[in-house]
Amino acid sequence: METKHKTNVTTTGRVISVLGGAALAYYGWNRKASPLSKSLTTFGAYLIFRGASGYCAFNDALHIDKGHSDNKGFEVKSSVTILKPREEVYQFWRQLENLPKFMDYLEEVREADGKRSHWVAKIPKNIINKEALSTVEWDAEIIHQEENSRIAWRSLPASEIENSGEVRFTDAPANRGTVVQATISYHPPLGLAGELAAGLLNPAFRELVKQDLRRFKRLLEAGEIPTIIGQPSGRKNGKY
Amino acid sequence: MKAICWEGINKVSTERVPDPTILNPRDAIVRVLLSSVCGSDLHLLGGYIPAMREGDIIGHEFMGEIIEVGPEVKKLKKGDRVVVCSVLSCGGCEFCQREEYSLCDNSNAEPEWTEKAYGYPVAGIFGYSHALGGYAGSHAEYTRIPFAENTCFKIPEGVSNESALFTSDAFPTGYMAADFAGIQPGDTVVVWGCGGVGLMAMHSAWLLGAGRVIAIDQYPYRLEQARTRANAEVLNFREVDVLQALKEMTGGRGPDRCIDCVGMEADSTGIEKLYDYAKQYARLQNDRPAVLRQAIMACRKGGTVSVIGVYGGFIDKFPMGAAMNKGLTFRMGQQFGQKYIPTLLDIVARGEVDPAYLLTHKLSLDMGQEGYMMFKEKTDKNMRSVFAPAG
Repeated sequence: METKHKTNVTTTGRVISVLGGAALAYYGWNRKASPLSKSLTTFGAYLIFRGASGYCAFNDALHIDKGHSDNKGFEVKSSVTILKPREEVYQFWRQLENLPKFMDYLEEVREADGKRSHWVAKIPKNIINKEALSTVEWDAEIIHQEENSRIAWRSLPASEIENSGEVRFTDAPANRGTVVQATISYHPPLGLAGELAAGLLNPAFRELVKQDLRRFKRLLEAGEIPTIIGQPSGRKNGKY
Repeated sequence: MKAICWEGINKVSTERVPDPTILNPRDAIVRVLLSSVCGSDLHLLGGYIPAMREGDIIGHEFMGEIIEVGPEVKKLKKGDRVVVCSVLSCGGCEFCQREEYSLCDNSNAEPEWTEKAYGYPVAGIFGYSHALGGYAGSHAEYTRIPFAENTCFKIPEGVSNESALFTSDAFPTGYMAADFAGIQPGDTVVVWGCGGVGLMAMHSAWLLGAGRVIAIDQYPYRLEQARTRANAEVLNFREVDVLQALKEMTGGRGPDRCIDCVGMEADSTGIEKLYDYAKQYARLQNDRPAVLRQAIMACRKGGTVSVIGVYGGFIDKFPMGAAMNKGLTFRMGQQFGQKYIPTLLDIVARGEVDPAYLLTHKLSLDMGQEGYMMFKEKTDKNMRSVFAPAG
């Protein structure tokens, strides 16, 4: 067991981390207090550390050593327990048209046949301005499915966003419902931009997957996703 | 509509805001008839809960009339007179299934705050900061009620608005404190804090079989309420050494069940007071836990400490050695209102307890600032300021 942090970030990645981290931390700090601004500040501070030390906990956790090898893309694992029978949870997910109901940036999924599907997402153009969205589309195919326990897919070659995923459904102990474990990976385009995108977006992506799973749980257990968007407040800018 | 909004430390203002609308299928809209201030609001006003934003509508203890329901609401209809539980619960998660409603996995619309601060997100509460969901509160003409069938309880005929109001929060919170204390027949129960929740905890202690109820506070008019309304023996901690007095009163054994109905902004005396205020001011601790410390020290060996007063963050000088070596049991939490409200409405309907006496000042929404300052400063023997938007 190593006790000292090793270097697992490329030199370019380290420079970009420090600069990007400083910018994010500064931006987050100067924004009004909100979960977003706090996350930005924390994330910015983390990036500065990552750049200065050359150590990335995420790379480490995912066994990615970009300080010494080529970028092979990255993956995020997240799990949630839902108090519903495994069949029901699986079937809701397997009906791919349901996914946009709880996946934040997903606009539409159309199943072409039992195997192939077309995905449309609106993703932020950059990490700072979450309001500016651009549309991306890709085709995917189901590469593996086991009724009520596992489903895996991957994007078809030449997709704008090369990605794949697997979701496993298992019984939680003591009648506590179903454990849903998602593993989502995607491969950014190669080169400097890809490295930048992967390094910067990985924690944000991890958070996104976690939030999506939370919304999935809420939709199934509560029948709706709680919101305060659209409620009144005394703020002059009309923000909820 | 008009609504009372949090504007900053010790500052609220009455603003014109848009009317609420149905946002989710399980929502309802209630026309608010009575909405009470609560001691826990003072933590918001004092700036001790960090996730407040200027313009947030506050208030969480209320009753009113249903004027609109969402498409998934079947058991409620327009015109129903209801009391609304301050804590929101989805009804479908593991915790709701176990009737631990304030631990609901799903009702907090902004779960990231408490997930970071506490490890897991806790339930949403009306008008109680973005950490607890950011839901618009009830000091308004109308309030949107999420999960309406779980949150609203029809008021039995013959029960007045004033009597029903406090089954929203003060009564179920006090009742849960007594329930969590694990009272055995004949037990001596001590309640710290003679505000609305404390008084309700005293009534509840009697209902659950207490042999003796002792109340502690510093305001003579509140101790008088405890003595006359809740039949408690009273101690003023400004006048007596509480630990010594409790020991004397119990023949040297100590009280069996100790209930903290004060929480994070406890007042104390002497060096302990200076210490807690200084540390809180320097942000070295969030909360001033003087009551909790005293309850632990006072409690008999093998007794129970039940904590219902609100704490937010970290405390300092927690007498863990005393708690451990005396084998104390701790129970605590925000109210599981949905579990208790139907029972308590029956108790009120039968006239066994009438919490209406807590309502000492009925005010219009325009009197938000005055209502809160009167409550905070304990002027004019204020127990609860209650806003009546419809007059």
